[in-house]
Amino acid sequence: MTPPTSPTPLITAENLAIAFDGTPVVHDVSFTLRAGSCLGIVGESGSGKSVTARSLLGLNSSNATVTGTRLEVGDDPLTATDLLTATEEQFRRLRGSRIGYVLQDALVSLDPIRTVGAEIAEPLRLHGVPRAERPERVRELLAAAGVPEPELRARQLPGELSGGLRQRALIAAALALDPEILLADEPTTALDVTVQAEILALLEDNLSEGRAIILISHDLAVVERLADHVLVMREGRVVEQGPTREVLTRPQHPYTQRLIAAVPSAHSRGERLSAAPPQQILPDRTSQSERPVDVGPVLSVQGVSKSYRGPDGRDRTVVDDVSFDLHAGETLGIVGESGSGKSTTAWMSLALTRPTTGTVLLDGLPWSELPERTRRARRRGISVVHQDSLGSFDPRWTAGRIIADALPADVPRSDRARRVGELLDSVGLAPEHAARHPLSLSGGQRQRVSIARALATDPEILVLDEPVSALDVSIQAQVLDLLGDLQQALGTAYLFISHDLGVIHHISDRVLVMQGGRIVESGSADEVFFTPQHDYTRQLVDALPRPRLEESA
Amino acid sequence: MTLLAPAPDTALAAEAPRPPSRAARRGPLRRPGVLLAGGVVGLVVLAALAPGLLAHQDPLEIDLAASFDAPSLQHPFGTDQSGRDVYSRVVHGAGQSLTIGLGATAIGLLGALALGLTGGLGGRFADVAVTRVIEVLYAFPGILLALILIAVYGNSALTQMVAVGVASMPGYARMVRGQVLSVKGSLYVEAARSLGHSPLRILLRTILPNTFRPLTVLITLGIGQAIVWAAALGFLGMGVQPPTAEWGAMLNAGRNYIQQAWWMDFFPGITIVLFTLSLTVIGRHLQRATDSGAAR
Repeated sequence: MTPPTSPTPLITAENLAIAFDGTPVVHDVSFTLRAGSCLGIVGESGSGKSVTARSLLGLNSSNATVTGTRLEVGDDPLTATDLLTATEEQFRRLRGSRIGYVLQDALVSLDPIRTVGAEIAEPLRLHGVPRAERPERVRELLAAAGVPEPELRARQLPGELSGGLRQRALIAAALALDPEILLADEPTTALDVTVQAEILALLEDNLSEGRAIILISHDLAVVERLADHVLVMREGRVVEQGPTREVLTRPQHPYTQRLIAAVPSAHSRGERLSAAPPQQILPDRTSQSERPVDVGPVLSVQGVSKSYRGPDGRDRTVVDDVSFDLHAGETLGIVGESGSGKSTTAWMSLALTRPTTGTVLLDGLPWSELPERTRRARRRGISVVHQDSLGSFDPRWTAGRIIADALPADVPRSDRARRVGELLDSVGLAPEHAARHPLSLSGGQRQRVSIARALATDPEILVLDEPVSALDVSIQAQVLDLLGDLQQALGTAYLFISHDLGVIHHISDRVLVMQGGRIVESGSADEVFFTPQHDYTRQLVDALPRPRLEESA
Repeated sequence: MTLLAPAPDTALAAEAPRPPSRAARRGPLRRPGVLLAGGVVGLVVLAALAPGLLAHQDPLEIDLAASFDAPSLQHPFGTDQSGRDVYSRVVHGAGQSLTIGLGATAIGLLGALALGLTGGLGGRFADVAVTRVIEVLYAFPGILLALILIAVYGNSALTQMVAVGVASMPGYARMVRGQVLSVKGSLYVEAARSLGHSPLRILLRTILPNTFRPLTVLITLGIGQAIVWAAALGFLGMGVQPPTAEWGAMLNAGRNYIQQAWWMDFFPGITIVLFTLSLTVIGRHLQRATDSGAAR
């Protein structure tokens, strides 16, 4: 779909550079944006993509200096605004009326104690729309953004809406003054795939109505679906730019190539995602090879359910009759959207939450039914890696102390430092990292520390609860590769939980799809994703922003 | 044609670790205010431990011929109605005031720990009970509580200390309880449980240290607060009695002569202000340092 484009660009940026307190963070960025077209800016965290976008609205903090040869908004030379010299007053007039801004997390971006309607009416008020006309305009805007029952929603607070509806409300607010340009910064990042698909369709509608969109995302597939042109940024520089199709199919720059290769999916099964060499892991004293040959499943979840008493006194079932077996050395993926009960299932497998009904067996022996006191000694057989690794570390401890704390009590004092060193090494960290505080480590390094801690007890089973969801795609690739290497060397079974179908498909042998607390489909990863049987699985797979290129190939 | 090219053989760039924040990089030495505050606190502590080093005159020595002398080289802070040297009384009063401040904070904190830990760790019933006790203590004006204690047990430094300590207890208790509950519910306690550590080990090695850590800052701030309260009681004529040198009592004594001898109130008063201000500055600095050092 190529909407008609006007000859003169709406935004012209030439050699844009941004510095904070004299430290340059964005260098030499040039692009143009025309009506009816979408420019995608792709990059990992710290690449400068958001800073670049915010400079168009004058929203960077006061210690930022924006320089360049040209930065103009407007296709008419007479009314164009020169943003390099624009005053705060000029920016204020620009915001909302010419450039609408859609932020990532609608719950944070919307005022929690103001109704959605009041939020959307605010720009209308500021730009002189008479009071009497505002409610009707708000209703129209919400309806246009695909919000059902707009009158009702306008009277609700952001906290009372679902994530998808909040994002729609945010888009409605951005469109209130009918701007020519929509600036969307990670508009779908916090959303489930099915909701993401709806939001992308809404943005697509705006595009075909002739609005120009700047779409910022770390997700290549999202950008690919919407953008005509793409800018790949890294460390404040544009490493590659051009028509989306060209950049994504024939990436010229090594970084773009690596970024594309790092995306996990069906195609990457069995391949390494990152360029890092395979991790050499010394099998330690009690490695899997010495364990008795497997007879049955290492973990057996049998008809477990969990319900909680809600504030209204009624029981709410979050997990409903879930059963599965996990065998030694295999990876079982659980995929589902938020609220599907996948984390509760993990918690019950770890015996940190007691099932309401049903039972969990570990190594064929009772597990969930035991009293905690008897269970404690066997906990070393099953470890967990959390999504929020920083939150799972004692805030006072260094990486080394965190890992040492997990070592079994029978490891003699003299051996502990050596074991910590070995564990750090097995997750690709240097011995020096032991003395570092997690706060001074990067997200990927923290997740490695978390994995090392989980391995410290030499478990048969690793429960991984969204272990890579908070990481940039290239770091995610490295961590997924590391998990693959570790499984190969140690034979640990993985219970891998993720909302990301690509990640699940890449790493899992077998997959469970959960919806509303139930398993709706299970089977081998290829079966489930290539020939989905259940409607919901099909809906999930269809909702993936599938690269158009792949389909035409 | 596929979107997914095979992995190239160049290594991906490592993520940059986060640089320490600006506030964390600026040590105490780069902040002249903190340095100055440290100096003031150091002087007061020295005065409390070894008053003889700073003041050579006896704080109790009466010299009626020299009463109401204005500040001079001989008496830098002037003299009071009995000709006692105000400077040496301020110096010797540091010990009294500091003891009362520290003692009161310790009493408040111990009581608060007993209450807060019971509430935070003792289960639902204990928590409800503790919360009620805290609320009742809160509802009682601190000064009234102090008056009752002094009425019952009489005027002394000890009653003054206990009165201030009990008055500060509910505030600390509420913070201890909240902190215990938040640490108890944290992911890192969950992680310790999943490692199979015993409840006792988790309590001693994870919950308690993480509960106390943020309290160290509050204690610094609390000592200053306690000294002000103690001085207020002294000023009302409760607690330490003249002629013992104590800052609050000195303020009270000077009150009657403020028209002709302003220095009798000014110097003890400014000392209290400077000392508590310094403690606050240091407390805030510690707070910033712990906040940026470990955010959670």
